[in-house]
Amino acid sequence: MSTGVGDIAAARFKAGQRVRVKDARPERIARLHLRTPHYVRGRLGTVTRALGTFPNPEDIAFNRPAEPRVLYHVLFDQPPVWNEGEPGDTLLIELFEHWLEEA
Amino acid sequence: MAGYEARPESVALLEKLVAALKSRGIVTEEEIALRRTIAERANPETGARMVARAWIDPEWRAFLLRDGTAAAEAMGVSMKGNPPLGVLEDTESVHHLVVCTLCSCYPRAVIGYPPHWYKSAAYRSRAVREPRAVLAEFGTVLPAGIQVRVVDSTADFRWMVLPMRPPGTEGWSEDELTAIVSRDHLVGVSLPQAARKVSHAA
Repeated sequence: MSTGVGDIAAARFKAGQRVRVKDARPERIARLHLRTPHYVRGRLGTVTRALGTFPNPEDIAFNRPAEPRVLYHVLFDQPPVWNEGEPGDTLLIELFEHWLEEA
Repeated sequence: MAGYEARPESVALLEKLVAALKSRGIVTEEEIALRRTIAERANPETGARMVARAWIDPEWRAFLLRDGTAAAEAMGVSMKGNPPLGVLEDTESVHHLVVCTLCSCYPRAVIGYPPHWYKSAAYRSRAVREPRAVLAEFGTVLPAGIQVRVVDSTADFRWMVLPMRPPGTEGWSEDELTAIVSRDHLVGVSLPQAARKVSHAA
């Protein structure tokens, strides 16, 4: 798998697919540079599109060999992620494939 | 930046780091000079012009939304070494607001340096929790029925908002339209208004 914008041949999830963000805390076990905010872990969202394939930031930030990973835009409803938000509002977040599972 | 003079210990640390990187052949003086030139040239007018052109030219608009990086290159911005640029299209039903909750990711190549509030813990935490309250503090109250879509810039892309063309700007030139688009509109905290810049005395 090469890397780059729009390189989504290996994408596992399709636009419109419901996904759940893994409710994991890998940073408690190893030194990782995570790009998955805590507030969406365990939350349900919808894939809007695959953006491309990029080296896994969790490793590249520590200068370790970094596997290419597909990056997605995933849409979440504002409440229940944040209950201060207004129903109908949304959050759009870039998330890597290994953080997502079928919902 | 006025009011933010570098501390002597920071300057000394920077000099030591640069010397170490040079002595190990990791960077050259030429590379540093090139990055400095790119950083100094980057300013919100590039993004503003990209938006103004999108309001006038449907083909450019489609290109900008499809491939923001290529569109930036077409504006004469070198995107080499810069993260890819994505453009978020505001519509009658969706308004985008960009934040980076994890750090301060920002489309510097086309907007320049982020303002201090963009990097503040207050903006980064509140923009996702209560975006409408944050927008109101910037003087932005959206009509009913418009969804606020907060874009948390968490990974490899950098995001710029393409706001809607304000009413009252019919027939304006690209330069006139560029002049009413500011950095804040490209982040999504406020909306462009049809207020022509004060014209020169006749």
